[in-house]
Amino acid sequence: MSVLNSNIPEGPIKDKWTNHKNNINVVNPANKRLIDVIVVGTGLAGGSAAASLAEMGYNVKAFCYQDSPRRAHSIAAQGGINAAKNYQNDGDSVYRLFYDTVKGGDYRAREANVYRLAEVSANIIDQCVAQGVPFARDYGGLLDNRSFGGVLVSRTFYAKGQTGQQLLLGAYSAMNRQINKGKIKMYNRHEMMDLVKVNGEARGIIARNLVTGEIERHSAHAVVLCTGGYGNVFFLSTNAMGSNVSAAWKAHKRGAFFANPCYTQIHPTCIPRSGEDQAKLTLMSESLRNDGRIWVPGKLEDAQAIREGKLKPTQIKEEDRDYYLERRYPAFGNLVPRDVASRAAKERCDAGFGVNQTGEAVYLDFASAIERYGKTEANIKGLDANDSKLVNELGTKVVEAKYGNLFQMYEKIADENPYKTPMKIYPAVHYTMGGIWVDYNLMTTVPGCYAAGEANFSEHGANRLGASALMQGLADGYFVLPYTIGNFLAKDIRTGEIPTDTEEFDQAEKEVKERLDFFINNKGSKSVDHFHKRLGKVMWNKVGMSRNEQGLKEAVDEIKQIREEFWKDVKVPGVSHGLNPELEKAGRVADFLELGELFAKDALHRNESCGGHFREESVEVGGEQDGEALRDDVNFRYVAAWEYKGEPSDAVLHKEQLEFNDIELKQRSYK
Amino acid sequence: MNLTLKVWRQLNAKEAGKVETYNVKDISPDSSFLEMLDILNEQLINSDIEPVAFDHDCREGICGMCSLYINGEAHGPDRKVTTCQLHMRMFKDGDTITIEPFRSAGFPVVKDLVVDRSAFDRIQQAGGYVSVNTSGNTQDANAIPIPKADADKAFDAATCIGCGACVATCKNGSAMLFVSAKVSQFSLLPQGQVEKDRRVLNMVDQMDSEGFGNCTNTGACEVECPKGISLDNIARMNRDFLSASILSKDK
Repeated sequence: MSVLNSNIPEGPIKDKWTNHKNNINVVNPANKRLIDVIVVGTGLAGGSAAASLAEMGYNVKAFCYQDSPRRAHSIAAQGGINAAKNYQNDGDSVYRLFYDTVKGGDYRAREANVYRLAEVSANIIDQCVAQGVPFARDYGGLLDNRSFGGVLVSRTFYAKGQTGQQLLLGAYSAMNRQINKGKIKMYNRHEMMDLVKVNGEARGIIARNLVTGEIERHSAHAVVLCTGGYGNVFFLSTNAMGSNVSAAWKAHKRGAFFANPCYTQIHPTCIPRSGEDQAKLTLMSESLRNDGRIWVPGKLEDAQAIREGKLKPTQIKEEDRDYYLERRYPAFGNLVPRDVASRAAKERCDAGFGVNQTGEAVYLDFASAIERYGKTEANIKGLDANDSKLVNELGTKVVEAKYGNLFQMYEKIADENPYKTPMKIYPAVHYTMGGIWVDYNLMTTVPGCYAAGEANFSEHGANRLGASALMQGLADGYFVLPYTIGNFLAKDIRTGEIPTDTEEFDQAEKEVKERLDFFINNKGSKSVDHFHKRLGKVMWNKVGMSRNEQGLKEAVDEIKQIREEFWKDVKVPGVSHGLNPELEKAGRVADFLELGELFAKDALHRNESCGGHFREESVEVGGEQDGEALRDDVNFRYVAAWEYKGEPSDAVLHKEQLEFNDIELKQRSYK
Repeated sequence: MNLTLKVWRQLNAKEAGKVETYNVKDISPDSSFLEMLDILNEQLINSDIEPVAFDHDCREGICGMCSLYINGEAHGPDRKVTTCQLHMRMFKDGDTITIEPFRSAGFPVVKDLVVDRSAFDRIQQAGGYVSVNTSGNTQDANAIPIPKADADKAFDAATCIGCGACVATCKNGSAMLFVSAKVSQFSLLPQGQVEKDRRVLNMVDQMDSEGFGNCTNTGACEVECPKGISLDNIARMNRDFLSASILSKDK
């Protein structure tokens, strides 16, 4: 019997959430005033959770490392948010969204959680519109939708290429309303340094004021971690520079199991890397695959000529182009899920068809979309649809209205006009499906410690579908956590304020201070970035898009060695009392160096290919699916939750078996 | 590219600051401005000098965290970009580049190039929201059709990233473009109508108390705004403010 209890409610899947809400403990409004909740992180999950909990009456303390809660990295999400509204009358339903998400995640998510997510999805859109989020609309004044990868309906709501920004500013405005009322106390430029447990329960955090350097104690009756993903373990990713695993990792060290760390999403459409000094990678929204067609030259000599700058993509004739996604996956074409699209790009580039100097880029081409839209516009306006110059102008305008900000961003970075020549793209680390293990109530294995949004492991299984991260973050924060947290807090109505002058806080604060002092006094010879870049290279080369046993074993050893060198030789200038970005980075990279090893260990143990985790030893041989990922449902149909025992190599594996009662387990085919 | 950098260094809000000169070599024209500063900082760390503190996070031009006054312009010489999206190909080999923080009475310096923009948060807290609880039991999202033109204009206003370039650029240190963007977003949408008067009165009141200057319609803010927020928003806010001041029951 596993030590993990997922607390999935009884009953048919469509009634589980309703029944659960009816049966769990509720704290009455007068008593909520006596209870404090800490929320760490103010992205979609944290911002919406903080606002909702404060509205309900709890005293909320919210923390973010940025200078304002509005800057959390959810702001950079581009393409959209899914919801089973069926406004397009294309047969969408809660069940279909549930089905697509479980299948898209390669059957490695918990059915009950995903069903609940699909169930509350429609409320999210209603809520956001009521808050004044300006979603895209059609000429009738109603909400518009677009399609995303891995599904056959249009259920994605969007606000140009800035959907994350608009949703986050919605959550931020809801927070502001509560800050103004005094129900949320906001701590900007504060970083959580440790989780404090009292009698086995999460009762507070140690935080560092990043401006003064002061170490602060904050207590509460529950702690909610909405601290995002850990893609920056790869050094280069589409995450923000400050995105980190530290809050989650500290909770892990205090007893929260860490689930499926190896499930990473490598997003197919990012701007390729340009040089060694590059600090981050930039995403081009998946929504571009609605209208962009992905291709490489069909002939090796053409690819070679392009790399040498002797040939331009626009000079390659239609019949000499290989639209490889349309060729390999006729049913879904350019809208296959992200893991499939990424692997297909790597396959073509590895075969020598890459189109930039490093050979690591493919084309994303809008020429046919511009022509198609241009002709429609010409027809609507009664103009000549055969005038190619006119059609191009009209079509360009339509594409600009849809994706203008993305095209502008591309042009600034790549110095090429994507309206005239195809974009160059390549896969990059984007999102981590793994994270802190949580039960149906979003509680971790530490009582009173919750995790929501990208920080937890739950709804996306081994691969997340596009436009589902925003949905999950807001579902957790607005509609799930505010209910489920009451089930734990109901026993605390007479507890009173948690004191911070106790042994537990003393000890945690002492450890935090010792670590900071260590960094300042170490006087090593190499900067934090030096180690971070080395870690990132090992992760990308051996624990990246394609993994094998030998590479993973090497990665485990190499990461361990980098970690040992880091602790001997890291150099952190400046002082700990005051703003010191290098000191902040040192703490985060120290945690990445531990997580990285657990990540590789998890990838090594999972000897199957599923979703974003592709093991070269586990592929289909022969038949229509030749070369595609081969899942092993007999041996690996479980969540791998790791318990901290000191060194990452000592971590103990606990398995949560996944039951599929409402969806049949199938080979995930997009052919 | 080889460059000479003149960088504002200031230990904290209390100490006086000064300009220090550094040289960087072999910068790729394809590097972003902040990657160039990363290289400078790596160089400073290796020569035992404390690196230059500057705000940055997403490096995609959307979080609004990066700032910098470069050669006398907020976010530097390029148009409609934040500093993180400014690329070195905008400069020439041998250039001298002056880098200062966003300066304004409303934005005290924290350290080096980092400033405190929390005044912006306080203005938003004064009324930059629609008072609706997150119950999920609001009416259906399509219950109120919104003319596309209004929705698009509201969206354009809502794309403000709160970076503060408008304030840093304005000779009066005015925050009108920032405040009017939020006021306009809600003013253009049916959901924002109920609290329209209260919102504009409270937000303007908070803006004034934070020490920001007034608008004299020179339009520098619109030119430097990385998101192209239009001056029309200021006109709309002035109209809303005037009408609320005279007619509102919420005064």
